[in-house]
Amino acid sequence: MSGHDSKYFSTTKKGEIPELKDELNSQYKDKRKDAVKKVIAAMTVGKDVSSLFTDVVNCMQTENLELKKLVYLYLINYAKSQPDLAILAVNTFVKDSQDPNPLIRALAVRTMGCIRVDKITEYLCDPLQKCLKDDDPYVRKTASICVAKLYDINAELVEDRGFLDTLKDLISDNNPMVVANAVAALAEIQENSTRPIFEITSNTLAKLLTALNECTEWGQVFILDALSKYKAADAREAENIVERVTPRLQHANCAVVLSAVKMILLQMELITSTDVVRNLCKKMAPPLVTLLSAEPEIQYVALRNINLIVQRRPTILAHEIKVFFCKYNDPIYVKMEKLEIMIKLASDRNIDQVLLEFKEYATEVDVDFVRKAVRAIGRCAIKLERAAERCISVLLELIKIKVNYVVQEAIIVIKDIFRRYPNTYESIIATLCESLDTLDEPEAKASMIWIIGEYAERIDNADELLESFLESFPEEPASVQLQLLTATVKLFLKKPTEGPQQMIQVVLNNATVETDNPDLRDRAYIYWRLLSTDPEAAKDVVLAEKPVISDDSNQIDSTLLDELLANIATLSSVYHKPPEAFVSRVKTAIQRPDDEEYPDGSETGYSETSSHAAESSGPAPTSSGTSPYAPTKQPGQAAGVAAPAAQMPDLLGDLIGLDNSLVPVDQPATPTGPPLPVLLPASSGEGLQISAQLTRRDGQIFYSMLFENNTQMALDGFMIQFNKNTFGLAAAGPLQVPQIQPGTSARTLLPMVLSQNVSPGPPSSVLQVAVKNNQQRVWYFNDKVSLLALLSEDGRMERADFLEKWKSLPDSNEVTKDLPGVVVNSVEATLDRLAASNMFFIAKRRHANQEVLYLSAKTSWGIPLLIELTAIVGIPGIKCAIKIPNLELAPLFFEATEAVLKG
Amino acid sequence: MPVAASAVYFLNLRGDVLINRLYRDDVGGNMVDAFRTHIMQTKELGTCPVRQIGGCSFFYMRISNVYIVIVVSSNANVACAFKFVVEAVALFKSYFGGAFDEDAIRNNFVLIYELLDEIMDFGYPQNLSPEILKLYITQEGVRSPFSSKPTDKPVPNATLQVTGAVGWRREGLVYKKNEVFLDIVESVNLLMSSKGSVLRCDVTGKILMKCFLSGMPDLKLGLNDKIGLEKESQLKSRPTKSGKTIELDDVTFHQCVNLTRFNSEKTVSFVPPDGEFELMKYRITEGVNLPFRVLPTIKELGRTRMEVNVKVKSVFGAKMFALGVVIKIPVPKQTAKTSFQVTSGRAKYNASIDCLVWKIRKFPGQTEPTLSAEVELISTIAEKKSWTRPPIQMEFQVPMFTASGLRVRFLKVWEKSGYNTVEWVRYITKAGSYEIRC
Repeated sequence: MSGHDSKYFSTTKKGEIPELKDELNSQYKDKRKDAVKKVIAAMTVGKDVSSLFTDVVNCMQTENLELKKLVYLYLINYAKSQPDLAILAVNTFVKDSQDPNPLIRALAVRTMGCIRVDKITEYLCDPLQKCLKDDDPYVRKTASICVAKLYDINAELVEDRGFLDTLKDLISDNNPMVVANAVAALAEIQENSTRPIFEITSNTLAKLLTALNECTEWGQVFILDALSKYKAADAREAENIVERVTPRLQHANCAVVLSAVKMILLQMELITSTDVVRNLCKKMAPPLVTLLSAEPEIQYVALRNINLIVQRRPTILAHEIKVFFCKYNDPIYVKMEKLEIMIKLASDRNIDQVLLEFKEYATEVDVDFVRKAVRAIGRCAIKLERAAERCISVLLELIKIKVNYVVQEAIIVIKDIFRRYPNTYESIIATLCESLDTLDEPEAKASMIWIIGEYAERIDNADELLESFLESFPEEPASVQLQLLTATVKLFLKKPTEGPQQMIQVVLNNATVETDNPDLRDRAYIYWRLLSTDPEAAKDVVLAEKPVISDDSNQIDSTLLDELLANIATLSSVYHKPPEAFVSRVKTAIQRPDDEEYPDGSETGYSETSSHAAESSGPAPTSSGTSPYAPTKQPGQAAGVAAPAAQMPDLLGDLIGLDNSLVPVDQPATPTGPPLPVLLPASSGEGLQISAQLTRRDGQIFYSMLFENNTQMALDGFMIQFNKNTFGLAAAGPLQVPQIQPGTSARTLLPMVLSQNVSPGPPSSVLQVAVKNNQQRVWYFNDKVSLLALLSEDGRMERADFLEKWKSLPDSNEVTKDLPGVVVNSVEATLDRLAASNMFFIAKRRHANQEVLYLSAKTSWGIPLLIELTAIVGIPGIKCAIKIPNLELAPLFFEATEAVLKG
Repeated sequence: MPVAASAVYFLNLRGDVLINRLYRDDVGGNMVDAFRTHIMQTKELGTCPVRQIGGCSFFYMRISNVYIVIVVSSNANVACAFKFVVEAVALFKSYFGGAFDEDAIRNNFVLIYELLDEIMDFGYPQNLSPEILKLYITQEGVRSPFSSKPTDKPVPNATLQVTGAVGWRREGLVYKKNEVFLDIVESVNLLMSSKGSVLRCDVTGKILMKCFLSGMPDLKLGLNDKIGLEKESQLKSRPTKSGKTIELDDVTFHQCVNLTRFNSEKTVSFVPPDGEFELMKYRITEGVNLPFRVLPTIKELGRTRMEVNVKVKSVFGAKMFALGVVIKIPVPKQTAKTSFQVTSGRAKYNASIDCLVWKIRKFPGQTEPTLSAEVELISTIAEKKSWTRPPIQMEFQVPMFTASGLRVRFLKVWEKSGYNTVEWVRYITKAGSYEIRC
C-alpha cells in the first residue's frame, strides 16, 4: 500500500525552478499538488526553493487538507527568510483558525506558532485566544503548546495578553491530554523565566495526579516531570504521592517508568519510615531491570541512570548483579556501562562470580573493553579488602596469557593495589618483572618503574632493571621520566652503593641539564639539593609513608548527585553533568566571533570531581565538562598569567610518588606581549582557535602561536605546514604543542627559517598556513607577513656607507608614502621604538619646523633599506621615503613602519 | 523539561537527508552536517548513541538502512526521545505495511511529513497510536482513484478520540464474529559457563493480542501468577485450586491497562485497541524450565587441529518438539577443513561467521543428538595470541511450551450488547540470547 513519492525527487533538469513555477500556477489542482510535493522534496534534499515563496503561498487556499499541510510545511521552513512575503499567508491562517473543522483550526494555530516572524506573531494572538477556549479538546491541546511557542518568540506579548492565566485554567480542563500539554507548556515557560509563573500547589498536585491515570503515555511523562519539582511538606504527603505514582512503574513506556522512578526517589528523601523505604526499593528494582531488555539505546540511557541510582540507594539492585553481566552481542557502549555498574555492585558475597565474568571479558576481542575489564578487577581489589587476594590471582592468570595490552593494564592496576595494601603482595613482583620488556605504554612503564623503586630493597636486581630503562631516558615521555627520577632516588636511598650512585648521577644530569621540561628539572633540583644537604631528611621525604588510597573513581559528589537524580531520564543524567554545563541560553548554535569579548580567562566550566575520574573514567559521551560557551582564555592578557598558575603540579605529592598520573603540561617559557591576532576563529575552526604572529627574538624568527581549544575533546598531534611564499618562510622544526584539554589553551614558539620554499611569481605578503591535529580535519588560514620580524639586528650602517648606498641607487628606486595616521611626539621615543624593531638611526636634519630622520635597516637575507622620515613633532602625518634595491618590499616596509610608529 | 527533540532527521547510510523536520528554533538547520562530520564519518559511529557536539546533543538510532537522528540543545528527556523514535518507527511501519527503509521513506515522504507534524508538536510527543491516527491521516493509496472528491472530511469525532481517555480505540466498531487471539511468546535468555553452571537465565515474555471485537468491550485477563491468585483467593475467600503458580519478576502493560486497578486488585483489566497489539510484557528469573541443555567439549590438538563434540539435550515433554533449531559453534578464523558426524539434522561450516552451523528442523523432546567434528586449521606463524572462544549460540522455537510455566487461566469479555466471543490461545518459546561458553 506504499506510495510512490520517490518520483518527486527525480526531476533535476536544468530550469527546474521556472518549471516548478509554471506548475505551481497551473489551473489543474492535481498538477499544483504534485508541484508542491516536488518543492518539498527539493527542500528536503537541501535545495534552495525560497524563490518560489509567492507561488507556493498561492496554493494555500485550498480545500485539500494534504496540500494545505504541505504548503504550511514550506512556510515553516522559509517564512523566516522571506518575512515580508510571509504576511501574504496571514489571511488564510486567520480564516483557517475559524474553520468549522477542528483539525484545520488546530493546524492553523500549530503552524502559525512555528513561524517566527514578528508580523505574523501579532496576528497570532487573537486566533490563539479563541483556540485556547475552543470547544474541541484537540484544538485546545494544540493551542496550549502554542502558548509556549509564542513565549519563546515574545515573552512579553504572552504575559500582556494574559495567555498564562488561560493556560493555568487549562490545568483543570476535563480532557487529560489538554491538561498534559498545558502542564508541559507551563513547565517550559517557568524554566525560561525568573519570575514564579507555574508553582505547583497541593491543589494542582491532586488534580494532576488524578489526570495521570487517564492521559496518554507521553502526557504522563510531562506531568511526572513537572511534578518532580514539587516539594512535599512532610513524610506523610511524600508517602501519599509515592503511592499514587508507583503504579506507573508497570508502564510499558520506558520514559514513564524513568520519570516515575525520579519522582519516587525524590520523595523518598523525605520518607522516614525504613519499612516504606525498603518496600519502595523492592518495588523499583524489577522495572529498572526490565529496562535492560529494551532497545540498546534505551538500555544505555537506563544504565547511565542506574549508575546514579545505585550510588544513592545501593540496596535497590544489590541482588541483581547478574542482570548486568554482559552479553556477547551487546553493543560496546552497553558493555562499558554494565561493567561500571558491576564494579559498583560488587560485594564480598558476589565477588567470585563477578571475577569469573571479568576474567571472561578480559579475553574478548574489543581492546577498550578488555582493558576496562582488567581495570575493573583492580578496582574491586581496592574496594573489597577480603577479595584482594583473589583479584590478584586472577590478574596473574591474565598476565600469563601474555596478551600485550592485558599485561600492561594489569601492571597499572597492580601498582594501585600495592598502594592500597602495602607490604602484602610483593611476592608477585618477580612475575611482573618477567613482562618488563613488553611494556611500551607510558602509563604501564611508569607503573612498573614505581613498583621497582618502591620495593627496591626487595628486588635483588632492582638496579639492573632500572638501568635498562635509563638508557632511553631522553626519549621517554615526561610521565616516565618523572617516575624514573623518583625511582632512582628511592633506589639510591635504599641501597646507597656504587651502582645506584652512578645511576643517580646520570639521572640527575639528564633531568637537569638535558631537559626542557621545567617540572622534571625542578623535581630533579629538589632531589639534588635534598641529597646533598641532608640524606637523612631526603629519606624522610622520599620514603615517607603514603596515605592509603581508596576506590573513589567515578563516584559523584553528593550535592551533584542530588542534582543529577532530580534530572533522571534527561541528558544531564546521561552525561553525569548538571544541565548548565552543557545547555546554554544562547539560542543559536553558531559560535559568534564576538566570543573574544569575554572579559577574562577564568575557567568557569565544570570539571570532573576527582582527578582519579580522569584516570579511569568510562566512555563518557564527552570527555570534557566545559560548556562550549564558557569564556575562553583571552590571548595575552590572561593566558600568560593564568595558565602557569593553573598548571602548577602538586610538587610535594609528586615527590613522594603520590601522584604519578598527573603529568603537568609542558609549558615552554610563556611569551607575553600584545595579544596575537586571531587567524582561525573558533567559529570556523569548529571550536579550535588559532592566533599567531611572526616575531623576532634574539636574532631568530619565530612563529608565536596560541591554540585555544573550545571543542569538547582533547586535541593532540598538532602539525603545521607553510605554503610556498615570497620569503621562503618555513618551520625550522616540528610544531611542539602538548595535548590541549578542552577549555584550555597552549602557546608555543615555532622557530622559522627563511628561503626554504620560495614561491615564484609576484611577491606577496600572504603566508598560507595549514595546521592539523589528530582529532580534526586540516585547517587552512592566511597570515600576513610583517617585515618587522624579518629585519636583522645587524642593519646599522655607518654614515659614509649610507651616503654611498643612497647615491648608488637610482632615483627610480625611491618610493615615498604619506602615513597620515602617525604622530611623532618625541623624536627620541620614536627612534627608540624604531631601533627596537631593528631600524637604526643614522642622522637627523631640521628643515623649517620639520624633522628629517635617516635610518637604515637590513633584511635577514641581506637586502639593505635606506629610510628617510619627515615629520613635524606633535602634528599627525609623516612622510616616509625609502630607497631599496627591489621595490616589491616597499609596501611591506611602509606597513611595518606604520605599525611600529603607531605602537 | 520533557522536550524530546528540537529537530528530527532521517539519513541514509551515506548521510543524505531523507527527511528533516525542525520543531524548534534553538538548533541550526545545518546541524546535520555536524552529525555527518563528527559521527558518521568517524570511528565514533556506534560507540555511543548520545553525543554532544558544540552546543547541541545528538541521539541516534539505526533502523535497517536508515539513521534517525534527534538534535536538541536543551536538557531534553533522552528516554522520551528514544522511545518516541521506537514508537514512530512502529507507526510508520503500520502505515507502510511492514518495511521501514530508505525506499519506503522516499516513497512516502509526504505522508511522513504529515505524520511528523501530527505526532510531535514543538518537541513534545503527542498521540502516536496508529489506530487513531489512521482515522484522519489517510494515505492517498487507500482512496479510490475514481472518487472525484477527496475525503478530506474527517471521520466525525476524530479529534475527540485523539484526545479522549480511550485514546487507542475508536467507537462504533462492528464485527460479525467476535474473536480474540492471544499469543504468549517467550524468549529464553541463557548464559551458561563451559562447566555447565547457569550464570544468568531469564525469560522475557510478551502477550500479543489480536482483537476483533464489536463496541467498547471490557476485558479481564487471568494468569497463573502467584500474586494474582493470592489476591483472588483473598477477595473470594476461598482457596485456590492446586496447580503450578509462577512468580513474575516484573510486568509492564500497554497503555490500555488500568494500572491503578492492577496495583490494588492485581487484575489485568482493559479496553483493548482494535486489531493487533502487545498487551503486556513480563520477566521471570526463578524456576525457568530450560528447553535445551548443551554439553560441548572442544579440544585443541596441537596448533593445526581441533576436535569438537557437542551434545544437545531436549528437556521438554516427549510429545512436543522444537522447530528451526540452529546451533552455531564458533571455530577459529584460520579454519581450513572440517568434517562432521551428526546423529540428527545437517551441519556445515560457514566461513563468513566463523562457525559450524548445525541445523535440526524438527527436534523431538527427550532426545539428545550429538555432533562430532574435526577441524583442521592453517598453521600461521604470527598467531601467538590464543584464540578467544566466543560462546556457542542457539536458536529454536518450541510451540505450546512456556519456559516460565505461564498459563492463561481465563479471558473474560464484557460488552453491553452481551455478545459471545471466541478466544484462541497459543504458546511459543523462542531462544533469546541463548549462549553457552566453551
